[in-house]
This record gives sequence, C-alpha cells and structure tokens, in this order.
Amino acid sequence: MPELLEQKPAIADLFAELHPPFAAQAAVVEANRCLNCFDAPCTAACPTHIDVPKFIKKIASGNLRGAALGILDANILGASCARACPVAVLCEGACVMHGSQQQPIEIGRLQRFAMDHFHASGEMLPRKSDQYHPEKIACIGAGPASLAAAAELAQRGFRVTVFDKHSQPGGLNTYGVAEYKLPLADSLREIELIRELGVAFRFGVEIGGETSLAKLESEFDIIFIGAGLGAMHRLDIPGSSHPGVVEALQFIESYKTEEITHVDGKVAVIGAGNTAIDAAIAAKRLGAKEVSILYRRTREHISAFDFEYRQALHEGIHFLWLTQPVAIHASAPGITSIECVRMETTSDGKFGPVEDSTFHIECNLIIPAIGQSPMLELLAQCRDVQLADGRVLVNRATGQTTNPRYFAGGDCVNGGREIVDAIADGKRAGVAIANMLEVSRA
Amino acid sequence: MRKHSVQPDLSVNFAGIQSPNPFWLASAPPTNSGDQIMRAFDAGWGGAVWKTMGAQVTNTSSRYSAIGWNGRRMMGFSNIELISDRPLAVNLRELAEVKKRYPRQALIASLMVESTREAWHTIVQQAEDAGADGLELNFGCPHGMSERGMGSAVGQVPEYTEMITAWVKEKARTPVIVKLTPNISDIRVIAQAAKRGGADALAAINTINSITGIDLDTFTPQPNVDGKSSHGGYSGAAVKPIALNMVQQVMSDPESMLPISGIGGVATWKDVAEFMLLGSGTIQVCTAVMHHGYRIVEDMADGLANWMGEKGFQSIEDFRGLSLPRMTEWKDLNLNYKVVAHIDEPKCIGCGLCYTVCWDGAHQCIHLDRTTGPIEFPAKPSEIEAASRASIVVTPIPRLDGTHAISQNGYAVPLSRIPRVDETGCVGCNLCSLVCPVDDCITMTKVDTHLQPESWEERTSECLLEKSC
Repeated sequence: MPELLEQKPAIADLFAELHPPFAAQAAVVEANRCLNCFDAPCTAACPTHIDVPKFIKKIASGNLRGAALGILDANILGASCARACPVAVLCEGACVMHGSQQQPIEIGRLQRFAMDHFHASGEMLPRKSDQYHPEKIACIGAGPASLAAAAELAQRGFRVTVFDKHSQPGGLNTYGVAEYKLPLADSLREIELIRELGVAFRFGVEIGGETSLAKLESEFDIIFIGAGLGAMHRLDIPGSSHPGVVEALQFIESYKTEEITHVDGKVAVIGAGNTAIDAAIAAKRLGAKEVSILYRRTREHISAFDFEYRQALHEGIHFLWLTQPVAIHASAPGITSIECVRMETTSDGKFGPVEDSTFHIECNLIIPAIGQSPMLELLAQCRDVQLADGRVLVNRATGQTTNPRYFAGGDCVNGGREIVDAIADGKRAGVAIANMLEVSRA
Repeated sequence: MRKHSVQPDLSVNFAGIQSPNPFWLASAPPTNSGDQIMRAFDAGWGGAVWKTMGAQVTNTSSRYSAIGWNGRRMMGFSNIELISDRPLAVNLRELAEVKKRYPRQALIASLMVESTREAWHTIVQQAEDAGADGLELNFGCPHGMSERGMGSAVGQVPEYTEMITAWVKEKARTPVIVKLTPNISDIRVIAQAAKRGGADALAAINTINSITGIDLDTFTPQPNVDGKSSHGGYSGAAVKPIALNMVQQVMSDPESMLPISGIGGVATWKDVAEFMLLGSGTIQVCTAVMHHGYRIVEDMADGLANWMGEKGFQSIEDFRGLSLPRMTEWKDLNLNYKVVAHIDEPKCIGCGLCYTVCWDGAHQCIHLDRTTGPIEFPAKPSEIEAASRASIVVTPIPRLDGTHAISQNGYAVPLSRIPRVDETGCVGCNLCSLVCPVDDCITMTKVDTHLQPESWEERTSECLLEKSC
C-alpha cells in the first residue's frame, strides 16, 4: 500500500485536477460568501447530512480542525466526497445563491480544503467511546458503504473485519473514480485512517467457497453486506469477446493502477452514463486520437449528469446519437471497426433501427459502459435475506435486512448511486448495529 | 425631462480657506513629504494637512496593525506612529515649495509642540512664513505624544484646549482648526473650549484608543515591537459611525458649532456625502489612501458630483447640514409610528436568515408555516433542523429515477422555506431586513396606527399634568 500512496507521475501529468484546491485566503473569502442558511438546503440535500454552513463558518473563523471533525462526524469519507460527489445535483445544486442569480458556494472545494488540512496535520480519527466491546462484525466489500459502517463501529469500540476481493480497500472509491477527480492515492490515504481505528482488512478474499457465509456467520455476530454491484452488463454482439473490448470499470481500474498508461488509435465507448463519460475522457487523456460515445437514443435520454456531459464536450469527446452497435470487426492486429445501425423514434415513442442504415465506425478499442448487474450469486447465499429486483431489502433507517443479523447498504441496496449514498447507508447501519448491540448488552 | 447635465461645483471655502474640492488628505503618513503631497494634488486632492510638525520624535518599527472582516483586509486600522520624524526645517522648506507649485490647493500645517506660549508662537510663525493656508492644532494624537503632555493630553482637558488655542490665535494670521480627540466622554465639551479659545474651525475625529488584536501563537498584541505593544489609534471604515455621531453632536450644539472638517473612515463619495449632510465643510482621508493609494479621490469627486447632479445640488452648500434637523433626542421620537416587516415572496431565496434572527435576536414573529398554516405552538428552530437531518435522501440518478428527477429549471424556492411575518407580533425592529441578503426583499412597511404623533416627552408630561397614569 505505501507505494500506492503517491500518485504516479505519468498519470498525474495526464489527469490534472478538474477542481484544484483553494489557497487559504481564497477559501476564507469563499467561506464568508456562505449565508449560513437556517435548516440549510445544502445540508438537507446531502445524503450524509453534513452540516455544511457549520463547517464553512469554521473555515471562515480559521478553525480548520473543527471544520474537518464536523465533516467526519457525518461522513467518514469526507475527503473523497469533497472531490467525487456530483455537487451540482446535491449540496451546491440546493444552494440558495441560485435564487439570486449568484454562483453557489463552492461547498465541495471548501470541504476538500478542510479535509486536506486534517490529513496534512497527521491527526488520527477521533473515537466516540473509550470502551471496547467483544462483538465482532464482518463487512463484505471494502467500498464506501462498508467503510462507513466499519468506521462508525470501530469508533464505538466494536471489532470489525472487512473482506474484499481486491488487493486494496475502497471499492469504486479507489478503483472507479476518474483520476482527475479523486486520485487512487488520495482514496487510500483516507482509508488508512480507518484502518488506524483498528478495522481489520482481509484482501483477495471472495466470499463463497473457502470463506463461506456460513463460516462468517459462525465467526461474526453481525454481517454487513456492502458488496456493491457485480459484473458489468456484457455487450452481446458478434465480436464482443475480442480482447480489444474492455469494459469501462475494468478500463478505469487499469489506468488508475497504471496497468494501462497509454491508449492508441480511436476509441468507441458504448453507453452515455457517468461511467461512460469517465472512461471516454480517460481514453482521450491517455492519448486516444479520437473518442466517440455511441448512444442508441438522444441527448435528452442520457443518464450522465449534465455537468459530466458538458465536461465530455469540453474534453473533445464526440457523441454519436441514435447509434446502435451491432457487430465488431477485427483483423489480425486488432479491432478495425464497429458496425452500427441508425436508430429512430418509433410511433410508440420508443426507439427502433432504421432499415438499411448500417454504417461502420473506425475504432481500435471498444469500451462498453452499459451498467452493472446485481451480485445475485453472493446475495442468494445470504440466509433469509430477501431481495427485490435484485436489490437487498432493508429498513432504510437502519439498513437491517430481513435477517436481523444481516445489514446492508450501498449499491447492492440502492441499485447503484453515488459514493455519498453508500456512505450514508453504511453510517446508518453502523449506528443501528452499535445501538442494537449496546442495548442487548445493557 | 432629458437635458444636458452641468457639472456641479465642488469648490469650498472652509473657514476662509479656499479649496478646489472638499477632499483633503488628513495629517498622516500620506502627507509625510512634499513629494507625496504634490503627487496627491496631481491625483485630484483639493487639500492636504501636512503630517504634524513640531516636537522631535523617533518612531518604532513596526507601527501598524489591522483587522479584516469576512476575508477582506483592513476594515479597521491602528497605528502607533507619532508625528513627523523629519527635521522641521526640511518639512517647512518642502511646504513652501509645494505651496509655490500648487497655489490653488489648500495646504494646512498640522502642529504640535510642548505646551508653552513661546513654543506655539514660534511654530505658528514658521508654518505661516512657509506659506501654510491654515493651521491645524493636533490635540488628538492618542499615543506617545500624550505621555509627554501633548496631543490628546491637551485635547482631553477643556482648559488646556482653550488656553493653547488662544495662544495660537494671538499669533496666527491664517484660520486655525482644532483637531478633536474622540477619546473623551463628551466631545462637545472640548469643542466648546476650542471655540471659546477662538478657533476658526474644528476637525473631528482623530483616532480612537485601541488594541486591534493579539497574536494567538505568541500572545503579543499587535503591532509587535520587540515582543511588546502599545495602544494605538484606530481608524478606517470601522470607525465611521462613531465619527459621524461626534460630528453631529458638535454641529448640533450652538456652543461648539464651527466649520468642521469631517474625519473618520471616509473612503468613498457616499461617506463624504454623509459627513457633509451632518455639516462637514471638508472631509479628510488617511486610512483609505493608505490602503488603496491617492487615486481613490477620482471616484470620490466623480461619485459625489453625480449624486449632487441627481439630487439637483449645484454646490456643497446646497446640501451641507441637511440631515442635522433630522437628528433628535430619543425622547422626541414619535412612539405612535409603526412599521412592520414585509417579505416580497418572489424575491425570497429561502435562506431563512430572517427566521433565525427573529427567533434568536428579536421577537419570534417570523414563521415557516406557509404550508401548514399558522400553528399555535410552532416548532422550534432546532426541531425543524433535526427533522431535516433525520430524513433519508439520495442522490437523484437519471438511470434509476428518470431524467426528470434532476431539476432542469434551476433552483426554485419551496413554499415551505419562504417565511411569513406575524404582523401583530412584529415590533418593527428592522433586524430581518438588515440581515436579508436580497435587495428589497424585506422592506419595513408603515402601518397606520390612527394615533396622533406622540413622543415619550409628551406622553410622560401628559401623565404628570392629567394624573391619568
């Protein structure tokens, strides 16, 4: 892990930050713009309900430690969220400044300012209890949901072990966020503080087989499922098993870990969600001559946030609307083109192919980004844990599943939202588990 | 009706001193040398009061400190610098040179010497021989000089003020301005003494005794002179309200009223207009120039002229003192006048600041009940916030929630966030309108009480006469 705590220079050069940090004086000026709203809409809009005006006013007063501890109290991964959150649809989108045609307060950058200060100070995370409890909790997956649950429980004196199939913690925080938003090294640095709380990590462990759920159940009092979603949907067209077809999350993970440091030729990204855009921009920054996003419907239907779409345009990504891939063509050295048909709106408002509209797009790398499927195989092994539409059913306020010893949160519960949603889920579950165990002992 | 504008006349005759405009540099570092003053005149200043000449001094290093506000520098400024530390002969030679090259601008010599008739007679003679258009007696310097029986040590004792003013008047051929210290309980007492001593004019205020702050790492107050500090003279935007009040007090008292040069936090034409509406004939500036340089006079002149044109004032005398009759004692205010807060709902951005301050700092008569209707026992602010924190919200994701989940119409203020004023409980204190960040969103609206105007004085004297209460 230590070698990963420094961002690799090659990648750092290509992935300059989208939102650079504030200089100290600029942060104070920006902090003072905040009106300190009553029942602040930014706080209400944040899934973890960070008390935004409170920490911003602490930045204004120079109480940076207090600002950071306030953020961490609500959101243990406040540094990641400061940089990876889609603030335009959350806190900053809710800022009342919009109402008077002013720029919203730069909440994300201010939060980062406070968190950077905290990390630079070398301070450890605070504990919420000086007691240690015998109960053991297992967290499946080391993504943000599990980390939030684990941190809350560890801060309150419980023994937590986090299992993950990867070699590093963080899940999509570490492996899936565009490097120009959150470098892999910064994600790991933040998680290191959670490890220091006493949370044990067991990497390279896939639940099932040797480490079965039955084994976990016998060893641990409570199991938290923060497993996220499973494999990406496969592009099911002729030629899609070619090695030049790399799924978006795999592609992003590969460049973040420097398995890929350069992309040649032309790239076609299939799908127009946020992950598609992250992959497309990454391919472009890694050297691709031309990057196109192929989408079967139109601009109004994309699932990417508007600010992501505009960023993609800014980075020179082409969008090919009403374009449905049907086959991948390759020659000896690699992929040569992707064959597509033109789509059109049908009478019932849906989309269908235009007859005889086949065309070819020259490309050498194809990155499908058409969503992830649930981890049904794992979830099916969780005894008495009910699912609905492939998602774990929980009490939203506590994260408790239909089996009282199982709690769950994050993408496997909410279907795939943001880091901050997973953290909110994990935190609620952590609080509920701790309360339950403390009450049962009392 | 549209018509061609005519530039108003900004020239003034201040107690007999002619000046092309009322903007003077106060006796301070910006008037330390002839070169500086000539550059200031080139920039457009109408007059300058030379940094105080007289007794021999040595200055410390460092000398200044300041406090900022909301991330901006120097809202308030403090100095422990004494009077001019240049040789008197050099100052006088340069003064003569400046007067020769800039005959139209007002050049005032600020003076401070030990408290003997001879010393004052000598310095008056020297300054006038050099060509000063007027003399300003520095009875206000609050630090250092006062420990040696000069500056505010004079200005805090009416007898000394009267005596030294009279000594100066025995000798002076040019108008004599007495500069007043604010470090006294009633500035009128000193102003009256100066007037009795024969002063032709006053200048107010000098700087205010202050400690701007303390370094929280070293525990040394600022400014730091080798680990120690000394109280300084406070100035800048922060002191303007205090200065305005003192100018008004002096100008409303027939025993102290004289032509007055307003000083204290002047930085813009608006500040100038305010000092003049309370009777100032000229204004003096130091701190704003120390912050931004001589060029601030450009907008002072332009802004004041534009405002005068808009109001139909042709000269300074057209509006000087216009606000003085509108200041009165509290006991004469009309107790039957009533205003209540009115919120212009379409302008409201839903910040809730008015709600917070009405609950915590006023009379609990602004409510967030537009969606529920008035409730007998409305929720406390902390209960409303707790409910928000307990809510479960998620990031709107187009793929999961539909593209309409994310508002494309920008920010809309929910009705529940637009506060309502309970006008029966509103006492008309202004607080909500003062904190509201949106222009003209909360206005204080007059309510007809159908009662005759009645002051406290009238109300209580009626009680006495009619024995009705």
